[in-house]
Amino acid sequence: MVLQHIADGVLSGAVVALGAIGLSFTMKILRFANFSHSELLTWGAYFGLVFLGFTTAFGEFFGGNIGPFSFGWPLLAALVLSAVATSVLALVLHALVFEKLGRGAGHMTMVFASFGIALLLRHLVVLIWGPNPIYYSNELQFAILLPGNVRVLPDQVFLLGLTIVLVVCLHLFMKHSRTGIAMRGVSENPDLAGLSGVNVNNVVRWVWVIGASLAAVAGVLYGLTVQLRPELGFGLILPLFAAAILGGAGSLYGAVIGGLVVGLSENLSVMIIPTSYKPAVPFLLILIILYFRPDGLFGERR
Amino acid sequence: MTGVISYLVFFLILALILSIAVLGLNLQWGFTGLFNAGVAGFIAVGAYVMAILTGPARDAVFGGFGLPFAVGLIGAMVAAGFAALLVGLVTLRLKGEYLAVATFGIAVTIQLVCLNWEYVTGGTLGLISIPNPARALADGPLAQNTLYLLIVVLVGSLAFWCFERIVQSPWGRMLKAIREDEEAAASLGKNPTRIRLESFVIGCMAMGLSGALYVGFIGYVSPSDFLPIVTFQIWTMLIVGGSANNRGAVLGAIIVWAVWTTSGFVISKLVPTEIQAQGGAMQAILIGLILVLMLLGRPRGLIGERISVSRHARF
Repeated sequence: MVLQHIADGVLSGAVVALGAIGLSFTMKILRFANFSHSELLTWGAYFGLVFLGFTTAFGEFFGGNIGPFSFGWPLLAALVLSAVATSVLALVLHALVFEKLGRGAGHMTMVFASFGIALLLRHLVVLIWGPNPIYYSNELQFAILLPGNVRVLPDQVFLLGLTIVLVVCLHLFMKHSRTGIAMRGVSENPDLAGLSGVNVNNVVRWVWVIGASLAAVAGVLYGLTVQLRPELGFGLILPLFAAAILGGAGSLYGAVIGGLVVGLSENLSVMIIPTSYKPAVPFLLILIILYFRPDGLFGERR
Repeated sequence: MTGVISYLVFFLILALILSIAVLGLNLQWGFTGLFNAGVAGFIAVGAYVMAILTGPARDAVFGGFGLPFAVGLIGAMVAAGFAALLVGLVTLRLKGEYLAVATFGIAVTIQLVCLNWEYVTGGTLGLISIPNPARALADGPLAQNTLYLLIVVLVGSLAFWCFERIVQSPWGRMLKAIREDEEAAASLGKNPTRIRLESFVIGCMAMGLSGALYVGFIGYVSPSDFLPIVTFQIWTMLIVGGSANNRGAVLGAIIVWAVWTTSGFVISKLVPTEIQAQGGAMQAILIGLILVLMLLGRPRGLIGERISVSRHARF
């Protein structure tokens, strides 16, 4: 039983980690808590649904499902397209709202505007796709039995694998690419980075693109392994913040570990407290972290 | 004509009840700079305590003491203030956005407790038949509602007067000093953490009062009345009216509530019943748009803070 909870915790933690990376970067580099970040997961998931409709129409000659998974090449293509579309959405929001507010108003105004945008985005989903849950595929999948009587679905294994690949790629990007180095520079000190010839506006746009793409992937993976509903992102606000704060703003591996801790503690909590109180667990984590280590486990003191 | 009048009375009751919560938020955000993203949670605490104190006795549910209306109002304020004190002790050291995240979490948690702690809150069904004092004193819905409106106006005016006194007092000036420059205020021997906590507790007491008046009017309480959208409405009221101005807070409450109810009415006429969820979504989108446009175009609000200069200053 414990092993099953741990397996479930790692899997849901992987989705949280993908979402939290973007949130953590926004908190560090754009310097505000973006309450609308989790809505990008919702939009990513629904964009995936739209593109899946297109790609399936063209996907006949690619053959059916890949191996044991419930999906084929069309879903992978939809995943990439959804990341692009969600990035465009994030850039539009940045240009229309956050960029303007960032110039004049205080940064709490941006937090507040992100509140409004979250509400707008969430209800637009209801308006366009309706309030009821939707699934990418209605096919039944057989669970794989792992040692210790742990059951996982093939799609969940894919989720975990893809998360690891993406985190490693992002690590390499941050470490070696010019843009990645510029991003780290801006997150340390935007003025100094600007003086050294870094195009800060460009870096900010990269932060949005990376955050939105990872959010889209997380959203599609959530849709694949759970379901699509308009409150998908809303329910993840506290887990994402818990993971980002736990890891320390701006820390890539911090966000990943934070995501895993959140996923594990949510799933293990049902052994102690009633399941109906599970959504409060990330909040308790946030309180504990902020009380004892306000800068997160891996964050640097400012 | 009576239809219009009775609707207007109904509208004003709710708008003024909400304006009390907006006044509380104004003290926290407008004057102290505290970002409380859990307004709905504190309104819920006041509402449930009112229902428990004044409601009739029930089987298998705690409470139902049948106490007088006024006792309920005071109890609701005390309970919301106490909840704020607990929350504040843990979170007010946190400033800015971390406070926003933490208070958002509190509202979510309070809602979960309302949903699941059936012995006290009645679970999803909530608590019903809470007595409305106007019912006992007048006949007919219009007379009863008018009487309740009088009660709300009375309590609301009292609250408004208190808040005006508070912000004009030396303590109120201290709030602004902390909002503007905490270190400077601390250097003059003020204790920012303590003063922030006091402001947070007083603001939340107003939210509890607002919840209690709401329950006294509607006559029942259920967890679905305190969704995060309520927090959002209260915030939009404050931003539209103008933060750091109590008149603005009341004006914003009336305007935004008017937009909300009118748009709800229009949408319910235009949108077929099968897609009612979409209609509700349109209402929320409208409020979200108002908020974002207001922040972009007129961040001061309709009537914002008056610039105050000390009487002793010379130029």
